Amino acid sequence: MGGVNAMKKGIVLCLILVMVLAVSTFGQRYERHETLYAGGGLWEPPSNWNPMQPWGAVSGTIGLIYETLFTYDPITDTLSPWLAHEGEWVSDHIYRLKLRDGIQWSDGKLMTADDVVFTFTLPGKFPSVHFRSLWEQFESVVAVDPLTVYFTFSNPRYHEWSWQLYQIPVLPKHLWENLTETQVLAASNEGNVIGSGAYLFETYDLDRMIYLRNENWWAKTHLGMEVAPKRVVYIRALSNNVMLGMIMKGEELDVSNFFLPGIPAIKGPYDIHTWYEGEPYMLSDNTAFLFANNTKAPLDDPILRRAIAFAINSEEICRRVFEGMVLPSNTMGFLPSDGWMKYYIEEVAEAFGFSYDPAIAKKLLDDAGYRVAAGGMRVTPDGKPFKLEIIVPFGWTDWMESIRIIALNLRAVGIDAEARFPDYAGYFEQLSTGDYDLAINNFNSRLSSTPWTLYNWLFHDIYDDLATSGNFQRYMKDDIPDLIDQFNEIKMDDLEQGRKIMAQIQELYLTQMPAIPLWYNGMWFQANTNVWQNWPGEMNENKSYPTTWAGTWQLGGLQMLTQIYPKQ
Amino acid sequence: MGRYLRRKVAIYLLTLFFAITLNWILPRMMPGDPILSLLSRLATQPQQIQRVHTFLEQSFGLDKPWYEQYFSFWRSMFVGDLGISITHFPKPVTQIIMDALPFSLLITLPAILLSWIVGNKFGAFAARKKKMDNWVLPIWYVLTATPYLWLGILLSWSLGVVLNIFPIAGAYSYQVRREWTSTFVLSYLRHWVLPFLSLFIVQLGGWAIGMRNMIIYELEADYSRFMETMGAPSKLIRKYAYKNAILPQVTGLAVQLGVIVTGALTTEIVFSYPGIGNLLFEAIKRRDYFLIQGCFLFVVIGVLLANFFIDIAYVLIDPRVRLSMGGEKT
Repeated sequence: MGGVNAMKKGIVLCLILVMVLAVSTFGQRYERHETLYAGGGLWEPPSNWNPMQPWGAVSGTIGLIYETLFTYDPITDTLSPWLAHEGEWVSDHIYRLKLRDGIQWSDGKLMTADDVVFTFTLPGKFPSVHFRSLWEQFESVVAVDPLTVYFTFSNPRYHEWSWQLYQIPVLPKHLWENLTETQVLAASNEGNVIGSGAYLFETYDLDRMIYLRNENWWAKTHLGMEVAPKRVVYIRALSNNVMLGMIMKGEELDVSNFFLPGIPAIKGPYDIHTWYEGEPYMLSDNTAFLFANNTKAPLDDPILRRAIAFAINSEEICRRVFEGMVLPSNTMGFLPSDGWMKYYIEEVAEAFGFSYDPAIAKKLLDDAGYRVAAGGMRVTPDGKPFKLEIIVPFGWTDWMESIRIIALNLRAVGIDAEARFPDYAGYFEQLSTGDYDLAINNFNSRLSSTPWTLYNWLFHDIYDDLATSGNFQRYMKDDIPDLIDQFNEIKMDDLEQGRKIMAQIQELYLTQMPAIPLWYNGMWFQANTNVWQNWPGEMNENKSYPTTWAGTWQLGGLQMLTQIYPKQ
Repeated sequence: MGRYLRRKVAIYLLTLFFAITLNWILPRMMPGDPILSLLSRLATQPQQIQRVHTFLEQSFGLDKPWYEQYFSFWRSMFVGDLGISITHFPKPVTQIIMDALPFSLLITLPAILLSWIVGNKFGAFAARKKKMDNWVLPIWYVLTATPYLWLGILLSWSLGVVLNIFPIAGAYSYQVRREWTSTFVLSYLRHWVLPFLSLFIVQLGGWAIGMRNMIIYELEADYSRFMETMGAPSKLIRKYAYKNAILPQVTGLAVQLGVIVTGALTTEIVFSYPGIGNLLFEAIKRRDYFLIQGCFLFVVIGVLLANFFIDIAYVLIDPRVRLSMGGEKT
């Protein structure tokens, strides 16, 4: 018994000793007015900082650490040189790019044209690099002097190029040239995170990623720009509700790109900043589409798809589910940004477009022979009853509520429909294998420099019968894809020619109605003004696109950090 | 004793084998392609997604026939390699579990043990005080029926947002670093309180009710009555009743401790607390075979170990088991 007592005493003593030791050293606390707490683009513990794996890299890897040649501002629709000093098509097939002089990697080495050549030709070495299709368009990529690169294209696709110019991060050749395929494509890059950007990799833990300001950032001298926060603490969240509480407290969350329900109600009392002061509060970032499986009867009938489009009350969804924080989509699914709207053909929209009108939906169905059978639901023209299942991933509450409304809308015109909620992997498998009726998706309908990205996502070919990234409706005809390719090959400044082709695409789109645009998901953005001020907004001089989502910092998120300042 | 142990160990090994095999089979039978979900947001040309997909499939070995995958799974498990997680690509599963486990255990272990101890004492106490029992029992019933999620939100809202006494998210302040300093330790403790309380309070009710009912039952049992008639002091009778009543509670405790590595999912979500519960939940939703296997491996081992220790503990705390084993020998 004595032994046990002695042991107990020992343990207690040890504990006290540890406590004393712990208390005797004070840890560092980040200075509040130098630190920005952000969240909205990190859902898993940080585990990947590899810019060649954009699907897995922690938000900020591209944008804060690794930078792109250009940036794109969706508010003003301008593509601006960033690492590039300038870039232009010197002939139909040759693009000349000049790099800024004196850009340093964070290890002190200079960035040169060789780094650019290395990056853009990496898919030649490792075919699984994600921009291989771009590389396949090159005839040659040559550095003629330390700052100039000539890209010679066999078959230039101008729209795609304009988009890739602000997507592909430039890599430091001296650190990457000896890496193996596995290191480039299947390793985390930890320990090798050397970029040219405004921030450095400092540290991370299970629930946060911490960036430290790069005091030697090139833009300070070249552009007179400086990022205000010394540290960016990027917070991983497990639920939106916690983040709602955090942004209201404002102690450890300054800017949030979470979808937070209830913002209209708490905005005033808690002084939460949003882009617009009133509805819709948020900018539009991407379009949510209702995909209809074009290969599955009876949805293979364009008339039925058009009737569905007329039957859905997007306005009601925006109001009831999103509390007015999103806007109903236009008939084409085009985001209200100049870069896209200059290709929106008003005449086509008027002639062939749709809007919520159950009477038209019913008439379309009646005329096509979808008569109402006993029980009040319609049957196909050959007399078969049918029921449509609408799916979204379980737990995506806003979408779950939306498809409940859509199911009601459809039943109101006599189309039997039901909302279903498989879990994410199940949902995505159904979507990619075409084993579904109707589903909402928005993954790559993002705002961009050209509507080509939208159409490429909606209509590109399906390989091995698997729709991996878009064309979930399984549009198999060649007409629209061919036109999209033609559009891609028209120069960016040839608006007239571009619009001509767009008119054809859009007419086909609206008469076929392969996927139905519903509403614009918001660029969710809420900021607390306790510590940082001058957040971007409609009425403010700071008009940066307020995003911190992975892969979008170069659209305005970084700009935002250069314009905010701490409260005096 | 030796034969008893040998037989137990053999049964445990067999169970282990089947459980681990099931862990391997079940996730693979769910519909869904983990690599497709990983790449679902990659914006590029479809033929390129195919290439990346193939490359990743090969690096995970998912392109091989099932029996090869199964055998290589056993092979690598014996050298402590549980594979690479798909959702946390390219982090090894072992490292993910080891990183998250301390956060989970430091919440769940004290919550379970303390609620067990306090619940037992309190339950036994209330069983003898009729008056107290009358008002405390309904409270326990309410507590034990309270969903963790609801209590968590309530605590977080009242003590966190409205009164602003405790933080509502994270394992320690986002303003400090994880290092051995007073700043960190104090911050960790402040963040620990609410998640701990939300588990402790709910579990307390369950243990207390169990103990109270058992004590009342034991005090009514023949042996208690007999002792009473024989004029034994009530303290002694209570002591025996407690010894008997604690047995089912020990089993309950072991079951709880066995699955402790799965963490406390809802608590983690409500308090945005890093831990293993949410990792496992996400892994299942995204068909991260390797992480699912890894987590369940620990669960299986945990449950078996807990059962094993219970068997041993029963020998120590229950003389009847001890005697029956003695009888077996002769």
